[in-house]
Amino acid sequence: MKIKIFNRGICVCALLDTNPVMRKKCAEMEKNMANMINDETIEYVGILAKLELSAEEKEQAKSDMGRMLDYIDKLGELDTTDVEPVSHVFPVENVFREDVVINGDERERLLSNAPQEKDGMFVVPRTFE
Amino acid sequence: MNIANMTATQLAAAIRAGETTAVEAAEAVLAQIEKEDKKYNCYVTVDRNGALAQAKAVQEKIEAGEFSGPLAGVPVAVKDNICTEGLLTTCSSKILHNFVPAYTAEAVKNLQRAGAVILGKTNMDEFAMGSTTETSAYGPTRNPRNTAHVPGGSSGGSAAAVAAGECIYAIGSDTGGSIRQPASYCGVVGMKPTYGTVSRYGLIAYGSSLDQIGPLTKDVEDCAAVLETLASHDPKDSTSVSRADTDFTTALTRDVEGLRIGIPNDYLGEGLDGEVRTAVLQAAEVLEKKGASVERFDLSLVEYAIPAYYTIAAAEASSNLERFDGIRYGYRTEAFEGLHGMYKKSRSEGFGEEVKRRIMLGSFVLSSGYYDAYYLKALKVKALIKKAFDAAFAKYDLILGPVAPTTAPELGESLADPIRMYLGDIYTIAVNLAGLPGISVPCGEDSRGLPIGLQLIGDCFQEKTLLRAAYTYEQEVREHEQTV
Repeated sequence: MKIKIFNRGICVCALLDTNPVMRKKCAEMEKNMANMINDETIEYVGILAKLELSAEEKEQAKSDMGRMLDYIDKLGELDTTDVEPVSHVFPVENVFREDVVINGDERERLLSNAPQEKDGMFVVPRTFE
Repeated sequence: MNIANMTATQLAAAIRAGETTAVEAAEAVLAQIEKEDKKYNCYVTVDRNGALAQAKAVQEKIEAGEFSGPLAGVPVAVKDNICTEGLLTTCSSKILHNFVPAYTAEAVKNLQRAGAVILGKTNMDEFAMGSTTETSAYGPTRNPRNTAHVPGGSSGGSAAAVAAGECIYAIGSDTGGSIRQPASYCGVVGMKPTYGTVSRYGLIAYGSSLDQIGPLTKDVEDCAAVLETLASHDPKDSTSVSRADTDFTTALTRDVEGLRIGIPNDYLGEGLDGEVRTAVLQAAEVLEKKGASVERFDLSLVEYAIPAYYTIAAAEASSNLERFDGIRYGYRTEAFEGLHGMYKKSRSEGFGEEVKRRIMLGSFVLSSGYYDAYYLKALKVKALIKKAFDAAFAKYDLILGPVAPTTAPELGESLADPIRMYLGDIYTIAVNLAGLPGISVPCGEDSRGLPIGLQLIGDCFQEKTLLRAAYTYEQEVREHEQTV
């Protein structure tokens, strides 16, 4: 088993492993990993992601994420000491332009996509009491 | 003249010669959509009236001599994550079910400046997250070569539309293989250019450091012509690269003499379907017979590309998709308590399962305490993968291999058996991580009649080498077919 791949809560060995010992090992690993993500973490990630999950979805997310992270842990096999992280493949520098407005007045068109608008403004729920 | 079967280059020539008109071309393709799309579901939106109006205006300009290029008057389909002013753009998501952009993506503008006629918007995996076009909120697209099978994804609607004659060519976006893999499954040509070659302005972002827009076409000649039109330096995209060598059609010569081609052993290993392997190696022989040198080598790190990709893409997606909050555009939930309740409920109801899964994962790998262990680690692995490609391109002019390990799976199969869906990305994903250009060219069929794709990968900015090799291969095969 070289790669573990997770999707929709199902763990599979990517290399179509039919070896029963490997399968068992795979199942054990899953069980262990699912414990890594606790309720608190899922709650916290839900806040960060601004997603509201039902109790059932939370359980699913816990096992999905545990398994996904177990798969990503494969990266730990590589020694990356002294390797500089690369976010862009080319050396990208800040791109500046003159501070001049080039777009026209698009207010009406932009507001037309808003779920709710009033007097040329987006309407949002009350944010201060 | 069967317009729906013509290539863009052929059709534009016929229009220029007065044998047909842009209006007749649009009508013919719209009729094909009318006839076929109930079967395939390639489109989320067909802009019938808009297309006919554009065609009329373009025809007048062709007659006035204002448009003379190889795409003038030719109808095109645009993936539904690329903004088109005044035309619904949903990303195949419920959260953008009513979003009508106020502006047009720069890539589409480039096509319009060349006289393209926009037919409508093609179906995709929701927010381009998926490999089968089954995660669309508007139903799956079916493969025109066999409707029991998926067209691939995420640009599945674009690839299927080209294969079904429901457009003359299409554009899509490729974050981890989303142009090349559906092109391979549907038997058409698809290309992901070097990162920065085509402006991302107006492309609704998934993984910004990986996303590129590119062509899906019926042949290599069209691919070069479309890419030549799409490519431009755009100040509105700060990662856009200024290139002087975007005259890609000049690379359409039948010559691979002395070209050094490397085939990674890692791309021929376990998991690769036998028929795909045979077809790809036969394609390599065709190029070898024309004077290219072909040898096997070890690329290394291939198995680390998928975990690095999922970390980086999910991280970027979690950040990019924060903008969908139910305030400025898109879906807002009916009943809610307070601002944060509104955000959470709108997003939870508007996004599909796969999108939510990736947002959650991305939020986690970027969160304090885990950032270094996951996100930063993935960026370091990305650096190592780039280095492995650099070493390969010191020895070879291009890398040859399969696009995907299998031909198109059946609908529902990938969801029941996700091995195939994720493994389906293993040969394409590293190309995005390293910012390289890659092309998918049809190289035969399996015993069930499903198309197989050959992938050619070049070093950064080496699209011309790719196109030359792909063109040579295509011409050799055509000639062979004619003599048999």
